[in-house]
Amino acid sequence: MMTTDYIGKPTNRVDGPAKVAGTAKYAAEFNVPNLLYGYVVSSPIAKGKITKINAEEVLALPGVHKVFSHENVPSLAWFDRSYKDDVAPGGSPFRPLHSAEVKYSQQPVALVVADTFELARYAASVLEIEYEQTAHETDLSKHIDDAREPGGGKTGYKPPKSRGNFGRGWEQGVAKVEANFQHGAQHHNPMENFATTVEWLGDKSLNVYDKTQGAFNSQQYIMKVFGLSKDQARVISKYTGGGFGSGLRPQYQLFLAVLASLELERSVRVSLTRQQMFSFGHRPHTLQHVALATNADGSLSGINHFAVAETSQFEDFTENVVGWSGMIYDCKNVKLGYRLSKLDVYTPLDMRAPGAASGSIALEIAMDEMAEAAGLDPVEFRLRNYADYDQEQNLPFSSKKLRDCYHEGATKFGWANRNPAPRSMRQGNRLIGWGMAGGIWDSATQPAQAKASLDADGHLRVQSGSNDIGTGTYTIMTQIAAETLGLPIEAVTFELGDTLMPEAPVQGGSWTASSVGTAVRKACQALGEKLLKQAQKMDESAFADATIDDVQFVNGQLRLRTDPDQAVVLRDLVQASGEPRLEAENSKLPGMLGMLKPAQYSMHAHNAVFVEVQVDEELGTIHVTRVVNAVAAGRILNPKTARSQVLGSVVWGISMALMEESVMDHRFGRYMNHNYAEYHIPVNADIHDIDVIFVHEEDDKVNELGVKGIGEVGLLGVAAAISNAVYHATGKRVRDMPVMIDKLL
Amino acid sequence: MSTVIQKPLDHQPPSLPPTQSVRLTINSQESHFTVAPWTTLLDALREHLDLTGTKKGCDHGQCGACTVLIDGKRINSCLTLAVMRDGADITTIEGLGTPENLSPLQQAFIDHDAFQCGYCTPGQICSAQGLLNEGKAKTEAEVRELMSGNLCRCGAYPNILSAIMEVMDKDGLIMDTKEWSAGGAKPEMDPINS
Ligand code: FES
Ligand code: FES
Repeated sequence: MMTTDYIGKPTNRVDGPAKVAGTAKYAAEFNVPNLLYGYVVSSPIAKGKITKINAEEVLALPGVHKVFSHENVPSLAWFDRSYKDDVAPGGSPFRPLHSAEVKYSQQPVALVVADTFELARYAASVLEIEYEQTAHETDLSKHIDDAREPGGGKTGYKPPKSRGNFGRGWEQGVAKVEANFQHGAQHHNPMENFATTVEWLGDKSLNVYDKTQGAFNSQQYIMKVFGLSKDQARVISKYTGGGFGSGLRPQYQLFLAVLASLELERSVRVSLTRQQMFSFGHRPHTLQHVALATNADGSLSGINHFAVAETSQFEDFTENVVGWSGMIYDCKNVKLGYRLSKLDVYTPLDMRAPGAASGSIALEIAMDEMAEAAGLDPVEFRLRNYADYDQEQNLPFSSKKLRDCYHEGATKFGWANRNPAPRSMRQGNRLIGWGMAGGIWDSATQPAQAKASLDADGHLRVQSGSNDIGTGTYTIMTQIAAETLGLPIEAVTFELGDTLMPEAPVQGGSWTASSVGTAVRKACQALGEKLLKQAQKMDESAFADATIDDVQFVNGQLRLRTDPDQAVVLRDLVQASGEPRLEAENSKLPGMLGMLKPAQYSMHAHNAVFVEVQVDEELGTIHVTRVVNAVAAGRILNPKTARSQVLGSVVWGISMALMEESVMDHRFGRYMNHNYAEYHIPVNADIHDIDVIFVHEEDDKVNELGVKGIGEVGLLGVAAAISNAVYHATGKRVRDMPVMIDKLL
Repeated sequence: MSTVIQKPLDHQPPSLPPTQSVRLTINSQESHFTVAPWTTLLDALREHLDLTGTKKGCDHGQCGACTVLIDGKRINSCLTLAVMRDGADITTIEGLGTPENLSPLQQAFIDHDAFQCGYCTPGQICSAQGLLNEGKAKTEAEVRELMSGNLCRCGAYPNILSAIMEVMDKDGLIMDTKEWSAGGAKPEMDPINS
């Protein structure tokens, strides 16, 4: 049985001291001996081909070792499948330096390798390359009509399902709204630039320090592409300076660093620049249309949600933009559509709450418009259309406390005092507006493996090759392990991010807490059984007839439940075994079988967000002065780190609503604001009061731990709530994100 | 179809400048080293001296991840060349404290969960230390403003603020948080009906 000594407690991050003291090492910080530096040259054209690379002058510089390009890359794996990583969408993955063809602006076209970073950078800057340019197409708004339904291919993607008859529902409606929405491309921009340090160990054996959200995904990729064995391709990623989805797929610096290391038989580091952080996956530019209609009683008679998004010429990146609109509210007539248009850009990539963050902007702004048209308060309107079961899959929810999110959030915010009329509140020359919105996100579990080992000093080491992109994995896994075996936190070390460890899935989809958490718990339980067996070997053991259910692990001891005085110290059991340590792993099977069983429940986390904005009437500047985000995500393993996840999500939502956009100049087919000064994200002064509420939600069906994951759900609805609040403040409805001054004047 | 040539702006044939020797006092220790003159202080620390606690987020003075203290003043180390700082006294995150012996700011960052991925964190802490040294900020609003040169993509801002406020509070540096030290009342957060 589980005691509750650690789970649910606001434990400080166990990796905190290393991070605040600067000793936590990220991918570009392993200064192995005899290191060479690679610097990437990016294409200035969006489409065409390389006609000439004049490398001689650069190669003549003392200290420059090689210029890699399509002209001299050795023949590597041939088939597309070798380049497909675990998270690849359908299509044909991009192969760096594969041919003279340029498919998108900023494509890596050469790698200059030199003795120092400065020299490689200089040499790259003077490398002369000639291109033949052909016309490119990068403007989604000009290619709406070419959009078509995507093929399958990406794991987990299901095309949206319509139901009922939207046409009839629309006809029936007494109040209706219909509008178009859009947001531009966004780039993840984690603070740490992508980098890989490859340590050459001789004989094609490599230690690869990679920035990734999945060490195993990177390992698989380089094994297949370069024909390496598992032993030759060890990937290590203990600290990741932010991911948000950008590290789900292996990025090209991994390929380039491994290529250079194998060819030169040296250790090599390749770091991307901030500019180059705009040269791979992004949240796609998306256009949406939503139409809603209500009956006289305010119930929804029809929902129509259609989205068109960009993808590359070579892969179909799919995400669930519109599917949520058939799930979150009660409605018989739902028509959904999703199409992709191929452009000369790089393939988009999952970015925090992929699909849902985009879709919820359109749906939740439309819901605000609909509430007003139906003469209802936005919260009351949502309560009237509350979905008690998942109508899309025709399944009951394993748990759904969205109602409590509305109530607790509204109470904390003081929503009851809202005057529904726009422009009804002001303070000096600032117009004040209150808006709200909500969201839904999947609770998924993936198969994962973990190993637990207790040494003769009583120290427990638990390993799983997962990742911690800032989510708190190190800490919550330590808590789970400590609690399961009744040990003090200090006696437990959790390790991750190494392919020598048991395999774990990429960190994404908010599934790490449930997947790796369950694996850690099971591994510790298996170790508990071993310890009990060891106790039973003692002479006249009090545990002789005990089963695992008869004992408990408390304070570093194994005890009989019925007679806690019968106890043995765990450390002594290891010593008595004669082994240096006792070890156990979880079995992989239950997770795998679980994936094959048909779902009995629809499992989701929900949230409701309440926002206050102040808008300067003359200048149009917008300040988000208060946010209350109420989240129902099952059991919260660590309220401190979970709160941080939601705080971060709110900051992301403010960013989506008011600042963030990768602006493409279609004449060049290039993102022009590709740096931190022009790609705006919030700074400290932009952020004011943010309140996070975790609504009490028990769920024994979602997984053994009862957790739903918290990395994504907090972002949903934030941008829509801000736009709704801006409308309430100013009377201007903005459906084109980000809401900037020019759209208010 | 058109031809595009990607080439150096100055059309000069590539050439390399001679290296130079630099002497710095870093975290109370003297170091001598030889670098190319275009080596930034940031790269000198990270690549030449293995002091990787100082981070690189942009290399262009736009993010603050590379913040260090020179003679107690905060500076973006990516915006200064190592050779320009010959003889300077530099404190990096490694000099503020160690995992076993954390500075009050470092401890407060842990207690307030003022980071997630941790990549902006050394820069935030050095910047906060510089802010304390400057002694200008007296209120929450001023701390927010004067910490706005340090981006945090994880969005830990509220917790960064509370960590710094706690240390300032202990040091007796905070004015009534309802007041801006520049005078006048802090804007009310609650709305007033017109
Ligand atoms: S790395 Fe120096 S400011 Fe960003
Ligand atoms: S903690 Fe990740 S960027 Fe600040």
